[in-house]
Amino acid sequence: MERKRNIIIAALVMVGIWELAAFLLNTMALPNPRAVVSHALQMVSDGSIIDDLLISCTRAVCGILLALLTAVPLGLFIGAEPQWRRRLSPYIYLLYPIPHVVLLPLIIILFGIGNFSKIFLIALIIFFQIIVTTRDAAKSVHQNYYYAMQTLGATRLQIYRHVIFPSALPKIMTAMRISIGTAVAILFFAESFATTRGLGYIIMDSWGRADYIALYSGIFFMALLGFFLYLLLDIAERRICRWTVVH
Amino acid sequence: MFSIKNASFTFAAEDHQNHVLSDISFTIKQRSSCAVIGPSGCGKTTLLYLLAGLRQPNTGSVEIQGNPTVGTILQNYGLFPWKSVNQNIGLGLELQRKPAGLRKKITAELLKEMGLDGFGDHYPGQLSGGMQQRVAFARALAINPDILLMDEPLSSLDALTRERLQNLILSFRIIKGITLFLVTHSIEEAVFLGSQIIVLGEKPGRIKHVLQNPDCGDTAFRKSDSYFSQCRTLRNMLEESVNGTET
Ligand SMILES: Nc1ncnc2c1ncn2[C@@H]1O[C@H](COP(=O)(O)OP(=O)(O)OP(=O)(O)O)[C@@H](O)[C@H]1O
Ligand SMILES: [Mg+2]
Repeated sequence: MERKRNIIIAALVMVGIWELAAFLLNTMALPNPRAVVSHALQMVSDGSIIDDLLISCTRAVCGILLALLTAVPLGLFIGAEPQWRRRLSPYIYLLYPIPHVVLLPLIIILFGIGNFSKIFLIALIIFFQIIVTTRDAAKSVHQNYYYAMQTLGATRLQIYRHVIFPSALPKIMTAMRISIGTAVAILFFAESFATTRGLGYIIMDSWGRADYIALYSGIFFMALLGFFLYLLLDIAERRICRWTVVH
Repeated sequence: MFSIKNASFTFAAEDHQNHVLSDISFTIKQRSSCAVIGPSGCGKTTLLYLLAGLRQPNTGSVEIQGNPTVGTILQNYGLFPWKSVNQNIGLGLELQRKPAGLRKKITAELLKEMGLDGFGDHYPGQLSGGMQQRVAFARALAINPDILLMDEPLSSLDALTRERLQNLILSFRIIKGITLFLVTHSIEEAVFLGSQIIVLGEKPGRIKHVLQNPDCGDTAFRKSDSYFSQCRTLRNMLEESVNGTET
């Protein structure tokens, strides 16, 4: 309850600062929040934003899921199998620091300019954030937990299921939290070219037309999308990692 | 019956070798019990790891006749923080793919026997050290072991609970015929529970004394003259083995 109240207070403070800045700067490039919100609400009520919102949301969620489904199993494996860790970690080490957005031309040549390219780009970048965290979490599982499983006659697969995965989960959740911010940023980038749909397109298009109210409405929805994903993750985390809450 | 023969164990670090156990040999007959006592860091836990097959001796061997089920209680309990008390206790049965109904029944019985009624849905992080110890105990018992390996299983319990559980451990041997191996720091506990008591010395850990204790096996033993005289004998052996290494 207190947490919710504090979030609302923070939101109000930020809108207040925005309002004040708009008043002081008095420029077209920063419309006041009331104008933006009422425009945004109108875009919802006349349904014109719904399609773009849904498509952006789908792209972001698919990108995150694709990254998750590949990075988590691979990260757990590399982290928990020392021989493979020694063999495969150099690849992560070398590939991680590359700014992966520069691979965009290649991705477009491989997958075209459709939705999959955008999803792939998001997934590619998040993949590295998640795999590094997951690997390190799986690597740091205490020896005693392995011993305890061995005394109960567990198979390797059972050890993954009952020890390595659950003990890494809280850190995977943290990695996902960071990834959501990244996903929304990459989404904007991916939607700013070669598409006529999605929130990124709305923002770039309005900018081109110098329609700042529409531009800020687009930003507003993008922020809302990120917030919504964050909220989902929060709920999921509290259900899945209940044991971390008890301490 | 199981036995360990001429076993030695060394931890190899990069620059030096730590000889932990040297030339350890003893036999534990079926339905008998063996208590190990010795100064902190002398290699008792390492010895238990060898018997449990969690580590392999550098020389010598561990031999176990037949194919007994071995239950193990590790020194720091080895409970999984992400599993509830019920899930921890039932884990061995779950790994053996026993039906959920049976698992529930056994778990509930053990919970009661350990005086943990009502804590089944708690997480280990919510329990005191002594309660965690009893959960570890229940988990080892759930798989219905023929041999029980215990590393200071009662060290965090209050005097009365401790005595009650000592009586319980004794009854496992007398009634269920479970073979016991127990690491302890308590002279009284070693004498009450060990029909054979091994005194380990330090650096490297080797067997300094073996005290046969044939009268153990009855709760009334605790109050008998022979119990007190055995305690005195063991105390002298311990003091001698410690003083012996200092000179
Ligand atoms: N993983 C490890 N790597 C290197 N050395 C170790 C490791 N575990 C234990 N040792 C060393 O082995 C020796 C014996 O340790 P062990 O845990 O068997 O002692 P212990 O008799 O059980 O002590 P305590 O009564 O305190 O539990 C110690 O001197 C310790 O330094
Ligand atoms: Mg120990």
